[in-house]
Amino acid sequence: MTGRRVEVGGAWIDRSRPIGFTFDGRELTGFEGDTLASALLANGIDVVCRSPILGRPRGIVSAGVEESSAFVEVSEPRFEPIVAATMVNLVDGLVATGRPGVGVLPFDPPPTTPTLHRHAHVEVLVVGSGEGWRPAVEEAAQRGDRVLLVEREPRLAAAGDGVTVLTNATALGLYDDGYAVVHERGPGRDTLWHVRAGRVILATGAHERPIAFADDDRPGVMLAGAVRTYLERFGVLPGERVVVFTTNASTDGLSDLLRQAGAEVAAEADVREGWAVAGTDGDPHVEAVHLVGPEGERRTVEADLVAVSGGWNPAAQLSRAIGGGLRYEEALATYVPDGTGPDWLEVVGTVAGVGLPPSAPYWYTPADDLSTHFVDLQRDQTVQDVLDAVEGGLRSVEHVKRATYIGTAIDQGRTSGVLAAEIVNAALGWELGAQGPTNARPPYVPVPFSVLAGMDRGPALLDPKRTTPIHGAHVESGAVFENVGQWLRPRYFPEDGEDLDAAVERECLAVRNAAGALDASTLGKIEVVGPDAAVFLDRMYTNRMSNLAVGSIRYGFMLGLDGMVLDDGVAMRLAEDRYLVTTTTGGAAAVLDRFEEWLQTEWPELRVVCTSVTEQWAVVAVGGPGARYVVTKIGTDLDLAAEAFPWMTWREGTVAGVPSRVCRVSFHGELSYELHVSSWHGRHVWDAVVAAGAVPYGTEAMHVLRAEKGYVIVGQETDGTVTPDDLGMGWIVNPSKGDFVGKRSLVRADTLRKDRKQLVALLPKDPTALVVEGAQLVRSADLPAPPVPMLGHVTSSYRSAILERTFALAMLKDGRAMRGGTVWATSGGHMIACEVTDPVVYDPEDGRRDG
Amino acid sequence: MTADARARSPLADRVADLATIGAELVPFLAQVDLRVDPAHAGLAPYALPLEPNTAWHDDHHAALWLGPDEWLFLGPADTAHEIVTALETAFADVDRSIVDVSANRVAIALTSDDRLELLSHVCSLDLDLRAWTAGRCAQALLGRAQVILLERDGTTPVLVRPSFADYVVDLLLAVRDATSGVGP
Amino acid sequence: MLLVRCPWCGPRDEIEFRYGGQAGLTYPADPEALSDEEWADYLFMRDNPKGPFRERWFHTAGCRRWFNAVRDTGTHRFVATYRLDEEPPV
Repeated sequence: MTGRRVEVGGAWIDRSRPIGFTFDGRELTGFEGDTLASALLANGIDVVCRSPILGRPRGIVSAGVEESSAFVEVSEPRFEPIVAATMVNLVDGLVATGRPGVGVLPFDPPPTTPTLHRHAHVEVLVVGSGEGWRPAVEEAAQRGDRVLLVEREPRLAAAGDGVTVLTNATALGLYDDGYAVVHERGPGRDTLWHVRAGRVILATGAHERPIAFADDDRPGVMLAGAVRTYLERFGVLPGERVVVFTTNASTDGLSDLLRQAGAEVAAEADVREGWAVAGTDGDPHVEAVHLVGPEGERRTVEADLVAVSGGWNPAAQLSRAIGGGLRYEEALATYVPDGTGPDWLEVVGTVAGVGLPPSAPYWYTPADDLSTHFVDLQRDQTVQDVLDAVEGGLRSVEHVKRATYIGTAIDQGRTSGVLAAEIVNAALGWELGAQGPTNARPPYVPVPFSVLAGMDRGPALLDPKRTTPIHGAHVESGAVFENVGQWLRPRYFPEDGEDLDAAVERECLAVRNAAGALDASTLGKIEVVGPDAAVFLDRMYTNRMSNLAVGSIRYGFMLGLDGMVLDDGVAMRLAEDRYLVTTTTGGAAAVLDRFEEWLQTEWPELRVVCTSVTEQWAVVAVGGPGARYVVTKIGTDLDLAAEAFPWMTWREGTVAGVPSRVCRVSFHGELSYELHVSSWHGRHVWDAVVAAGAVPYGTEAMHVLRAEKGYVIVGQETDGTVTPDDLGMGWIVNPSKGDFVGKRSLVRADTLRKDRKQLVALLPKDPTALVVEGAQLVRSADLPAPPVPMLGHVTSSYRSAILERTFALAMLKDGRAMRGGTVWATSGGHMIACEVTDPVVYDPEDGRRDG
Repeated sequence: MTADARARSPLADRVADLATIGAELVPFLAQVDLRVDPAHAGLAPYALPLEPNTAWHDDHHAALWLGPDEWLFLGPADTAHEIVTALETAFADVDRSIVDVSANRVAIALTSDDRLELLSHVCSLDLDLRAWTAGRCAQALLGRAQVILLERDGTTPVLVRPSFADYVVDLLLAVRDATSGVGP
Repeated sequence: MLLVRCPWCGPRDEIEFRYGGQAGLTYPADPEALSDEEWADYLFMRDNPKGPFRERWFHTAGCRRWFNAVRDTGTHRFVATYRLDEEPPV
């Protein structure tokens, strides 16, 4: 037993409030204000865990984020798979076990409490509370600017007026334009702050670094500053007989402090006087320390604690990660910020190198055997490993890092980085500071994913599904839903235990033979208004929209500048200067953005504007030979006769007692009325239509019905590489129009190529064989040796209820010339022979659309 | 409320959740989108704010700046037609677009004293009392949803697309749940 | 998370915007007169300097205006933002 609690010091603990905790199954006591590390030391625990690769016993080395040795798993009150013991605040009921540097996630991780996120805007953000921060913000605070200080530790000196302080709050990273992410650890719940600061002041202090010597990883070897911290803050004396090993004046007074606490100082090895620690003995804890003098003389002393100070490294990681550089400062034998980096960032105090003690440059005690001179304890890497890397031809510290993993563990090279860099410099014969430690990246300390996730978790919040105003009716009907982009749409409405196929068959037959109802509210809708509305639409669509009569509807394609089909929809002319344009469900936002882009950046002279009305209107599509009957039954003042209300026109009137714009458009070839009503009335109209006998059908039946008519779905038959002519829809490109977006690309050499894939239908020779969507098409069932020529692929594949057979749509090279011929589809391990036909497999004369 | 018996408002079934958040549903709020050249702003029957992200409001109406040539008018339920007519008359001689968008967004009003702090958990706007005062409005993101925010005396109306409305309520509910029991 | 100064709305988080690529590319007056190579050049070829670059940005979650910017591609930082009908600052 070595460490113990003492009477002196203990400024951060409350000795009147003991706390019970468990470590490695042992029940122990500490005080409020302890960290797990200080409490373990106070209980005389020297070995905390084993090293990850070599399995060597490891104890506590530091008192903060630079810990590279003592790692634990915490199971109560909040699970943390791997964390440094110095970073765990002691709380009642804490349960922890030592872990060899690598965490293990249980198969069923315990649930995490959602973290709150919080946005804050401040004029000044101070990170850390090291000396020098107060003068830097004096003026701002007096002016009434918002000043926020975030301190990782539980305490700091009193802040003063005008400064808001968060403790237990770690700045994880600094990003563009003064953006800081701060993890505030709460007693119950954590908060992740997103801070936008006009200025950031870094007052993060400096981390002590060790010196490497033989078996320097033995429990009982600690950083000298940490020994001081354990005494002053926690009232813990880590050892009874101490050797102080130093390169600098920061250890002045440590010996006196140790004696006051009741310890003996066995020796002081100061490299400035030529003395060094060569190695230690003891199992598992330090029992003896070997010293070497300036003439090579040897001494061994009994001791159980070695307090090492190799110098101090400014904690400039946050600055480095945002582009602030370092330079080697010879007098301090360390790297300090060099003044580069963003102009909103300032470093003050010891992180700037101000107030650091001058130090001799001393990285390790020379020896014949360097194989236990540990440089990075968490990676079990030694001085010999670094030298081997250089011997192997590596010069850059960045390469040595990747070869040895030095600096990649939880401590991120805080104690190992400068050592490793200078060992490399020296091995190459380069001067001190030729290369600095490897770069730093956020997060400053590890952060659980659940903290970053905040409320973005669970089905409702992580990936919200958009629903229409009619959604409640679909749920009540027992619909099975599918995701269509961000929307949740009914896929089919099973009755009496039907599966997908049975339901879709029934729904399709209902539309073909009676009447069906589809909730089409998700379609994008845009009002295009102004004297130049017609001109604008002529430029955005392949068709001519300017000669569309008021009261009429036209189906059109929008192309990209590359001539490929981007979106489709119908345009309804509401007035001379007013159109309502529909888009695909998934394309609504993109089309509106596109309209704005062309209007604002290319054609600001056009007198036309756009307004989104996608959710202003609910759309109930009633389709089938019985559609007229249904609309009549729900009540309407419109004349529904075909002569009075032709196909591809719209009428304004009332349906089911509410105002409506009724459109005669059909996506399935049957008589169809799309009822556009205020979305406030959507549910009412849907209920009326269903009560009148229309059979609800979902997206699956909709897909089959449109495919039977050879109607394409953008994103299914098209993939960004398909032109209107490829689809056999050259008619949709008006040849007498002026320029429109994509026109020039339609006459590119590649677009005019003869062997382009073209839209066809495929009829499997076996009318029950269902080809898999995406199946590749080949010329013959006897496959030649690879590479097998691919002729195309299947884009849609269904069982047609009305035709009582399977069919598919496909993009096939030179497809139109191949009609009447046979291709083979490679489908799920089988070869399915298919006849190639025209894409319209049902009612090619469009005889059914007037009912 | 509206006189129209066949109309259903989004979020009508979430009134209890809204109360937990510290909010109320403002059903069937009349909303009309106006796009017109700002040079003609003087023709408007109500004051058109010309400074970005500001709003004019009285007890029953409001006009919000959405863009240099775009405004959103708010009024009591069943008055959209009136507003449209008034705007059509006022701007009859110039290019304009006037569209009833009352059903395109649903309005909830945050009313609790800590509503701006509540929003600060899900919105990156500077809602500090110096920056965000009565008469300010903004199009912004609440979590993943695009919304329009308006600050009036003592309440903050939030306008959101109906298809995102449940998400916004769920999000604010989750935040309210997380912050309850934690003092201001 | 850049801070983008929309010329109307003032500074807002980058997530409210969409990047629009190189500014100052005018749609050709007569695309029919261009060869395939010239047309491809307009469609696909863009400058890619390290340093100040004239760009377009769209405030998609805000006022929904397009505007121009000069931004240093080496440091990510905006030098200036300005309306489409304004001249870039010197």
